[in-house]
Amino acid sequence: MAAAPAIELDGLTRRYGERVALDGVTVSVPAGATLVVFGPNGAGKSTLLRVLATLLRPHAGAARVLGRALPGEGWAVRGHLGLLAHEPLLYGDLTARENLRFHARLHGVARGRAEALLEHVGLAARADERVHTFSRGMVQRLAVCRAVLHEPELLLLDEPRAHLDPAAAALVEPLIGAGDGRTRVVTSHDPSGGLAEADLALGLRAGRAELLRRAADVDPAEIGRLYR
Amino acid sequence: MSRAVGALLRKELQLELRAPQIVPAMALFSVSTLVVFHFALQRGQVAGDLAAGVLWVTLLFAAMLGTSRLFVADHEEGGLDAFLLAPVDRTALLVAKVAALLAFLAAVELVAVPAFAILLLGPAPSAGELARLVAVLALADAGIAVTGTLVGALAVQTRARDLLVPLLALPLLIPVVIGAAKATTPLFAEAGAGSLPLRWVAILALYDLLFGLLAYALFDFLVED
Repeated sequence: MAAAPAIELDGLTRRYGERVALDGVTVSVPAGATLVVFGPNGAGKSTLLRVLATLLRPHAGAARVLGRALPGEGWAVRGHLGLLAHEPLLYGDLTARENLRFHARLHGVARGRAEALLEHVGLAARADERVHTFSRGMVQRLAVCRAVLHEPELLLLDEPRAHLDPAAAALVEPLIGAGDGRTRVVTSHDPSGGLAEADLALGLRAGRAELLRRAADVDPAEIGRLYR
Repeated sequence: MSRAVGALLRKELQLELRAPQIVPAMALFSVSTLVVFHFALQRGQVAGDLAAGVLWVTLLFAAMLGTSRLFVADHEEGGLDAFLLAPVDRTALLVAKVAALLAFLAAVELVAVPAFAILLLGPAPSAGELARLVAVLALADAGIAVTGTLVGALAVQTRARDLLVPLLALPLLIPVVIGAAKATTPLFAEAGAGSLPLRWVAILALYDLLFGLLAYALFDFLVED
């Protein structure tokens, strides 16, 4: 039997004033699967993640995440999803440890989890330094820790390997890669790399879904055409 | 909810202690304004309603500075989004912000009230007068903190927040200024401090209750999309 969808979008539309950022997007992502979203800048990828994260309301269409209808039942989904956005969602004047402990308290997670994550991503030695003194790659590693602190069922990852060198990317891979049955929505500009980790591929252009197929059936050249 | 309020309040205080912005700005503004009043009024001492007016106008305008900055770190660094992703009641943020602004106002008053006494007031107030003044300050600060948090949450979403905060907050806080000034006027009377006018104290308490309920009802809509 096929797994129940973790995400079901039907004609999802979101506007910013007059501009349509998402225009009737329909997609279903089974639990445990990875959806990789491709598209040029301004195509609506980040907006899609923010709608799924319950931070933005859909203006039309229907959205269900982890079996709950958005926005009405968004309260029930929060705490089960982790968002790694372009912005790290960390306070620059707090230390790495203080940031993670703050989020751990909000999510009701034990301190030990924060310490283990700092150790895992190689930041334990600098955990008591303020985040604004970190390099962009270190901030991204810490942001990964924040996003997965509460072991979410659904990971929403906006270009998660941006700013990471290969060694750092390898460090965070067990935290944000496919596995442990978690569902992932990942945005990417890398056709080959993105398709390699995807079960489903979604191509957005100007807010419209121009491509939606099993990743195994997609030629990287098709992704390239989205950017022309 | 208490866990979330504790975490949020602790974060607010950590940020202000680590990189002081709000309290020093408010305190410096208060003292500078009192110095300006000292020279502009061209008299060594003020008393009664004039003294009360000077004190409350100074504290109110200083509070505008704190209100403008209250949500800036959350807005600019994405902390608000991170909070909205957490499975906690949005009211926790309201309570924590009100408590933080109250703490900032109290810290500023530790500087501003003595400065007011030195620069503009006659003889130093007695312990009894001081206790009554503290009671009025607490009631007025609660009203300023609740309304300030509500306005700060609304204004931070806009580009013109520095303009919007005083434009929205000052009219809403007129009852606080009237109540606080009327309540403290007898404390600064030239002929010796009188008792607190309970009617104005009750009006301040009623304002706090009313705007507390209003903030509770509206806050979710202000911080969510």
